[in-house]
Amino acid sequence: MNQTPDKGEALLKVEGLCAWYGAAQILFDLNFEVGRGEVVALMGRNGAGKSTTMKTIMGLIGQRDGVVRFNGENISRLKPFENARRGLGFTPEDRRIFSDLTVLENLDIGRQPPRTFPDGAPAPLWTPQRLFALFPNLAEMPNRPGGRMSGGEQQMLTVARTLMGNPLLVLLDEPSEGVAPLIVEQMANTIVALKEQGLSILLSEQNIHFAQLVADRVYVLEKGQIRWHGTMPELAGNEDVQRSYLTV
Amino acid sequence: MTLNAFLFQALNGLSSASGLFLVAAGLSLIFGVTRIVNLAHGSLYMLGTYIAYSFANQFSGALGFWGGIVATALIVGAIGAIIEIVLLRRIYRAPELFQLLATFALVLVINDATLWLWGPEDLLGPRAPGLRGAVEILGRHLPSYDLFLIFAGPVVLIALHFALARTRFGRLVRAATQDREMVGALGVNQAVLFTSVFALGAALAGLGGALQVAREPANLAMDLTALGDAFVVVVVGGMGSIPGAYLAAVVIAEVKAICIGIGVVDFGFIAINFSKFTLVAEFLVMALVLITRPYGLLGKAQAAVRSIAEPEDPIRPASPTLKALAALLLILLLALPWLAQSSPYLLILGIDILIAVIFATSLHFIMGPGGMHSFGHAAYFGLGAYGAGLLVKSLGAPMGVALVAAPLVALAGALLFGWFAVRLSGVYLAMLTLAFAQIVWAAVFQWEGFTGGSNGVIGIWPPAPFDQSSAYYLLTLILAVIAVLLLRRFLFAPFGYAMRAARDSSLRAEAIGIDVKRVQWIGFAIAGCVCGVAGGLFTFAKGSISPEAIHINRSIDGLVMVLLGGIQTLTGPIVGASLFATLQDMVMRQTEYWRALLGGIILVLVLAFPQGIVGAFDALWRKVGGRS
Repeated sequence: MNQTPDKGEALLKVEGLCAWYGAAQILFDLNFEVGRGEVVALMGRNGAGKSTTMKTIMGLIGQRDGVVRFNGENISRLKPFENARRGLGFTPEDRRIFSDLTVLENLDIGRQPPRTFPDGAPAPLWTPQRLFALFPNLAEMPNRPGGRMSGGEQQMLTVARTLMGNPLLVLLDEPSEGVAPLIVEQMANTIVALKEQGLSILLSEQNIHFAQLVADRVYVLEKGQIRWHGTMPELAGNEDVQRSYLTV
Repeated sequence: MTLNAFLFQALNGLSSASGLFLVAAGLSLIFGVTRIVNLAHGSLYMLGTYIAYSFANQFSGALGFWGGIVATALIVGAIGAIIEIVLLRRIYRAPELFQLLATFALVLVINDATLWLWGPEDLLGPRAPGLRGAVEILGRHLPSYDLFLIFAGPVVLIALHFALARTRFGRLVRAATQDREMVGALGVNQAVLFTSVFALGAALAGLGGALQVAREPANLAMDLTALGDAFVVVVVGGMGSIPGAYLAAVVIAEVKAICIGIGVVDFGFIAINFSKFTLVAEFLVMALVLITRPYGLLGKAQAAVRSIAEPEDPIRPASPTLKALAALLLILLLALPWLAQSSPYLLILGIDILIAVIFATSLHFIMGPGGMHSFGHAAYFGLGAYGAGLLVKSLGAPMGVALVAAPLVALAGALLFGWFAVRLSGVYLAMLTLAFAQIVWAAVFQWEGFTGGSNGVIGIWPPAPFDQSSAYYLLTLILAVIAVLLLRRFLFAPFGYAMRAARDSSLRAEAIGIDVKRVQWIGFAIAGCVCGVAGGLFTFAKGSISPEAIHINRSIDGLVMVLLGGIQTLTGPIVGASLFATLQDMVMRQTEYWRALLGGIILVLVLAFPQGIVGAFDALWRKVGGRS
């Protein structure tokens, strides 16, 4: 059981995370971490608690318990905007594009000042121009309202909008959901490119093929609990775990 | 009326439109971003007029007047910021309607603060320096100040439009209007954004009020009048659309101006004075627009609001303990005439409370389990009250007949209005119900020949033995118990499940075969019918009924009762109504400033129990009993 990633102190460390919707407990005592420069996948079927985990880390679920450390700081009682200002990015699975705003205006909402890691190393700095190079489709429609874009284009925009905040780590919720296969492949390439620039990513995913393209390590969720964790190749070789918790 | 006179009247309308637009634009901006319908918006407008009056009188001359108007806008903006920081910020996570309660408390407090600071007299400000004259247009004299106002509206419209389209603040406002939670997750401090939007909206209201200072006297009724007008404008124009607000302001102001211009028209068999129909006309326009364009002239369907409040718990049947307590309470209440022999006033108060309980329980029926937030429940109270009163007065019907007829009259009204209302949802439904209530009120107020106009119907006392307060109290108690049990029975019948399903997800409810509109319509009708009982009882309890008793205040009192008790419990409206009626009675006899005191009490309750009183006890109960 390889608990600690090999790149020193974890960037994001989650200890004993629980969450409730009303009286119903959704997450049970989750413990996991994401190292600097790592891409970690949270995997599990629909309703396993992947999205709730991300929202809870971001501070979007009011009833929560446990400790979330980001860069060593306990951020578990902070508001979403305070987490965002510490370099935690969030792209929701339903994208939540501002449909009345144009692509450029959507990007502007996500804009934050340049950021550095605690050791002084600068985080990747994003501008609309750099993002248009990363997502050429968006470059073709800078003034189109978000509501008149395809699902795949909106998916790119939501990632780009989060990157405008120059995050250290992105919570990327099901980027492959509901978009065309071609876009899925493009998205995988983008994630790899982002990782190479030093971005850390916590990814939620149902699709093992997509996860295999991008993830270093995997935590498998079922009913709000972590059932298995290991490296991506280990999961790929473990049909038991896949059958029990992933395939439908 | 000649064409020239008509056009001149239209110009008059345009100058009123500017003031309407300023209030409505602020209300719309605030609603868009914070999702709070700021009932105190009219109060901020009123403050604007009073403050500008003081500036103009303290510092005479052009600087005092024009500088005073600018200063007033800034001061009212600052007051708005303080309100947001001190009060609203604490209750964004409270249920939507609870926020209304808080802003209504502000209406009460601000009204009395104004009374205390400026006194009860109407105050007319000086004429505007530099614009004292008149311009000759179409052979008539239009005051220069009115001409100035005609242009003031569009200037603010253009300025706002550019601010929203071209600045980062404007982009944030537009983004937050769509999805404020996501804006927060992208690193924007919502608290600062909300405060600044509230301040801007308040400043616009203050400016609108200040500009009126040279046109009409400042008076203490301006707050609710301006609020009603602003509601109508915002809803007709489309929530969140600033150009829509201007368009609607023009339409409404023109309809009113032309009604006044037409004056008395003799149709031969009947002479109608159109200038008295401005209120009805305004609300008819609104009802028409909402029926044909449910989201207003330039509005869009509201994105489903992502509620940040807790999901609602299902309603559960009362526990045996609660049932035993209720039975005990009922026995006590039945024995009250004998227990209270030394203080007969207690029975009068008891009757008031029981009527309030029927009123609030019926409102809760559609608001809580029905999810339809009615702002016009007074309409059905009024229909019942007037139905009973007029039957006795015009036809000499006995009390028994009148009390049976009261709910039937209310039912007829609820069936008619409900048919339109259930076609809408959320804040639009609330506004439409308000419009219908206002139509009932205006009809009663203006149809003097039939309803007695502002004097109402008087001298309707119950016959023996009910002329004794103890007997009338028992009658009221029995009817109240029947009403409450009946409504409760509906909620635990399949019909009640269907209504709650329709509230929680109308799409899913339709997918399993529930005719959502029909269920909501029937629910609306049941609530209206039961409310009519309260109205009928009220008429006989007071011996009279007047338009004042069915004004918008009563609708809002009902909301306060329901919210005070807590919306998602069946005991809530009973507790809320009892508490509210008692408080009102006690407070009103204590002080001239009873509104402020009542408002203050409501504010304390809101801040202390953001889930309602019964909700707070429930939460406490669960905490004691553990999480499961």
